[in-house]
Amino acid sequence: MKKLNLAILAMFAGILYANAQSPADTGTYKNRTLQLEEVNIVSSYYHQDGDRAAVTGGIGTQKLTDLSNSIQVTLSKYDTHDRKHTWNVELGIDHYTSASSDNIDPKTISSASAADTRFYPSVSWEMENKNGRTYGAGVSFSHEFDYQSIGANLLFAQKTHNKMGEFSLKLQTYQDNLKLIYPIELRTNGGSGGYGEHEDYATAGRKTYSGSISWSQIVNSRFQLMFLMDVIYQSGYLGLPFHRVYFNDNSVHVEKLPDSRLKIPLGIRANYFVGDRVVLRGYYRYYHDNWQISAHTASLETSVKLSPFYSLTPFYRYNHQQGTKYFAGYQAHTSADEYYTSNYDLSSFDSHFFGAGIRMMPPHGVFGWQHLNMMELRAGHYTQSNGLHANIISLNLKFK
Amino acid sequence: MTKTTCRLVLLAAATAMLSTACTTVKEYQKNRLNDGEMTLGNRKVEKTELSFESYREGASGANGAKSGGGCGCN
Repeated sequence: MKKLNLAILAMFAGILYANAQSPADTGTYKNRTLQLEEVNIVSSYYHQDGDRAAVTGGIGTQKLTDLSNSIQVTLSKYDTHDRKHTWNVELGIDHYTSASSDNIDPKTISSASAADTRFYPSVSWEMENKNGRTYGAGVSFSHEFDYQSIGANLLFAQKTHNKMGEFSLKLQTYQDNLKLIYPIELRTNGGSGGYGEHEDYATAGRKTYSGSISWSQIVNSRFQLMFLMDVIYQSGYLGLPFHRVYFNDNSVHVEKLPDSRLKIPLGIRANYFVGDRVVLRGYYRYYHDNWQISAHTASLETSVKLSPFYSLTPFYRYNHQQGTKYFAGYQAHTSADEYYTSNYDLSSFDSHFFGAGIRMMPPHGVFGWQHLNMMELRAGHYTQSNGLHANIISLNLKFK
Repeated sequence: MTKTTCRLVLLAAATAMLSTACTTVKEYQKNRLNDGEMTLGNRKVEKTELSFESYREGASGANGAKSGGGCGCN
């Protein structure tokens, strides 16, 4: 009898455990009140250095550090038509120090431009119905001392009947406004040369419109693919006013770039589950724009499952870029050039980015804290063939 | 045929071949596809990496991240 009781208890515990692990769409119960789904905190520390800063015309230090923090809260509920509504509320704060920005006015030992804080909240909503159709919308805002942006987006997605494929369309716009802070020696208004809140700078606009389409497809029980294409059109002031360009006659000018740009990137993702412990995540992108920049980017991440709850994720990314025709280095432009920049981000180069991450999702919470559902730590080293090198370390904590 | 047209034809052919190669996977067979590592998108921990790549490189987009605008990047 005692054995029978124990068997029944074990069975009951098994059922409870199985129910606790089953996904939300069992059809038996759907939460109709707004519920906290998860909270994600992402923090990163980024440091770069090099010797080709655009602020000083393609020469000079590119030393920069950036500390970035964001918190994203995801809430969800089902309505009376069994449609799932999901809200994402995000707040991000980045603080950076930049030696090259400090050279907007090199006469100061350390001016206010040496550091800035970017603040960027956003809100989005999505609704998915029983037929696998999703509608969504979102707004965003970004503020830093010399740059403000308001963004909006609309989303439509539709799964196929057999749920093997999904088409998605996202339309986005950013309406940006930047303060025209010129290098100190090129200011014509006889300003104080300072860089403070009370300076009266002229402003310029930048508008971005983009359409992103994607198709994701399950190929078999181990393999899935996604095709992506964006069409991005930008207009307005597309350079940065504090980027110097030195001509071959030793005169100094502000970077001048066309007032429109059309970018077309095409991408493909492929994820493959090898055996029971390894996931290969591949990505390739071809990019072309009407400034004659073209690029090939490929990356591979291997997720090795050390156990069902711990994964190690080494990764490598390669990028080859053919630079814009408007680029030339220090004292290489001539007065005959209509457009000119010495920003090495727009030049020809190869870049390599490699590193590894560790992901922990123990069943009783990270460090035994039940609400800390997942922790991921990732570090990488980035190099460009033009001498820029950077290190980044990021941490994601997921609470449920 | 231009290089771009040739690439588009190759892409369309590869897509057509893949779509015919697909096998229907039932919900109960999706345990591997539903694994967190199989997500067809960026992970949250990659957020800052994607930002600095869009600042430091001329190319951006087709990766679910920002592709211009919204910041002082390209």
